Amino acid sequence: MAYQFSQDSEKRFQRLIPQFPSKRSLILPCLFLLQTDKGFVDQEGMQYIADRIGAPVSLAQVHGVATFYTMYNKKPVGKFHIQICGNISCYLAGSDSITEHVCSKLGIEAGETTKDKKFTVDEVQCLGACGFGPVAQINDRYYENLTPEMIENILSELDKQV
Amino acid sequence: MGLKNLLTTHIGAADSHTLNHYRSVGGYESQKKALSEMTAEQIVNDVKNSGLRGRGGAGFPTGNKWGFIPKTDKPKYLICNGDEGEPGTFKDRLLIEKLPHMLIEGMVIAAKAIDSHQGYIYIRGEFHKGIRVVEEAVEEAYKAGFLGKNILGLGYDFDLAVYSGAGAYICGEESALINSLEGRRGHPRLKPPFPAVSGLYACPTVVNNVETFCNVPHIIRMTGDEYKKIGTEKSPGTRLFAVSGHVKKPGIYEVEMGTPMKELIYDICGGIKNDKTLKAVIPGGSSSPILTAEEAMTATMDYESIASLKSMLGSGAVIILSEVADLVETTYRLAEFYSHESCGQCTPCREGTHWVKDLLHKIKTGEGTEKDVELIFSLSRNMEGGTTICPLADACVMAVRPTMTKFKGEFSARLKKEVSISH
Repeated sequence: MAYQFSQDSEKRFQRLIPQFPSKRSLILPCLFLLQTDKGFVDQEGMQYIADRIGAPVSLAQVHGVATFYTMYNKKPVGKFHIQICGNISCYLAGSDSITEHVCSKLGIEAGETTKDKKFTVDEVQCLGACGFGPVAQINDRYYENLTPEMIENILSELDKQV
Repeated sequence: MGLKNLLTTHIGAADSHTLNHYRSVGGYESQKKALSEMTAEQIVNDVKNSGLRGRGGAGFPTGNKWGFIPKTDKPKYLICNGDEGEPGTFKDRLLIEKLPHMLIEGMVIAAKAIDSHQGYIYIRGEFHKGIRVVEEAVEEAYKAGFLGKNILGLGYDFDLAVYSGAGAYICGEESALINSLEGRRGHPRLKPPFPAVSGLYACPTVVNNVETFCNVPHIIRMTGDEYKKIGTEKSPGTRLFAVSGHVKKPGIYEVEMGTPMKELIYDICGGIKNDKTLKAVIPGGSSSPILTAEEAMTATMDYESIASLKSMLGSGAVIILSEVADLVETTYRLAEFYSHESCGQCTPCREGTHWVKDLLHKIKTGEGTEKDVELIFSLSRNMEGGTTICPLADACVMAVRPTMTKFKGEFSARLKKEVSISH
């Protein structure tokens, strides 16, 4: 069946509409709804968004927005998306060792997904939690002041959840 | 001088984010005062009088910014910039998660000052928890009559919505943020026109940082005259400093403006990690030019002192680098950040940041030559001083060139392969 917003996303969409005098402002929040429903943003979903918002918003505009922002996954990611900050403060706190540890435990490189689709690892620029580095964001949650032992425990806990 | 609680007085309470707690400590009293006893002009004048300067980075006087809004029939928009993304900066997250009602109260007062009836809180998308907390606070404020139609029965209407960013540092630049809110790519706009004249949906718009809005209820409560007694003459008030890097107690500290940097590092933050020697300080976010340890020890934490050292107080993010820090590596990481975050509109930025990053990679991996260093300096001259729409290219230059100049020895050692090579 062709994609349409889930019930929850549809409710959120309806709440969003009166908040903006211009329909175009709905593109970013709608892309998040799509990603929540599907896990990533694809052509079918973007076309659906363009149709739901309606003229003057076109598929090209939705696509242009989706490709600009890094938080929209353009391809599927694992059930747990591990994003490790590699910028200055986290680097000074030892983020490289966390990235290496996670990658070696999962047997993948940064930017890859495990074969069982459980984990994707990415190194990201700055998570805005610089005083509590090294920091990783796993799905919606921040994990701070990480040590290799802590991240190993977190990985095994997450593995049990799947 | 030193630690001073103004914004953060009640932040330790577990329920500081709730309406109940905020009201129990006098929250929303300033909003009531501003809506019932003050005219828009009086609010603007009080904030001007307080000397409050924007806490986002540029340090522009807030009252003056509000005063630029023309008296037209067009809708006026008020935007809170919560797109905190510069490496080293992590203060607004604390306010967003712990004091969302202080932010809302500040925005309602600002709304009356500029005659705005619609506002948006733009929060970086990664802050899932912060977004949830602010959304809940907005809902609570609506239910209690602090937002919406006829606020507190005083005849003023103001609607507020939360908008999530989607992972683009450039959206911290106010015109890029406006584009993002309009559902576009976060491309900064050419100025003029400035947002005060033509901002969101081509209407007059004020964009202020989270911490700036949080100061407003305190100014109204204590009056601008009393507020400006805190801090220094030209930098009044307190400031939330986000301290990270090689320091024993990294974190967020609210400090009176004018506090010596030495006091911040050694007394408040407990000194340098592992009792090493201080090598350098990046004083105001990653784009503020680096200070040597000697310079840092003469600085005070206010706009003028840091500017006199040819750097910036910026976003209030202090990154401490001890003798063990590899400045070639940190400079490369910063260049990598600016290269990743360039929006791509302007050639000097799009190409320049990428090129500088590549050259620094060559140098850090032991492949660099003196010519690469010269090329970075040459490229820098073409990336700064108004060659681009926004200052992202300038920010990259400021993060790279002063370090390469002040710590030339570290880069030379890498060129001569006198140190271990990282990849």
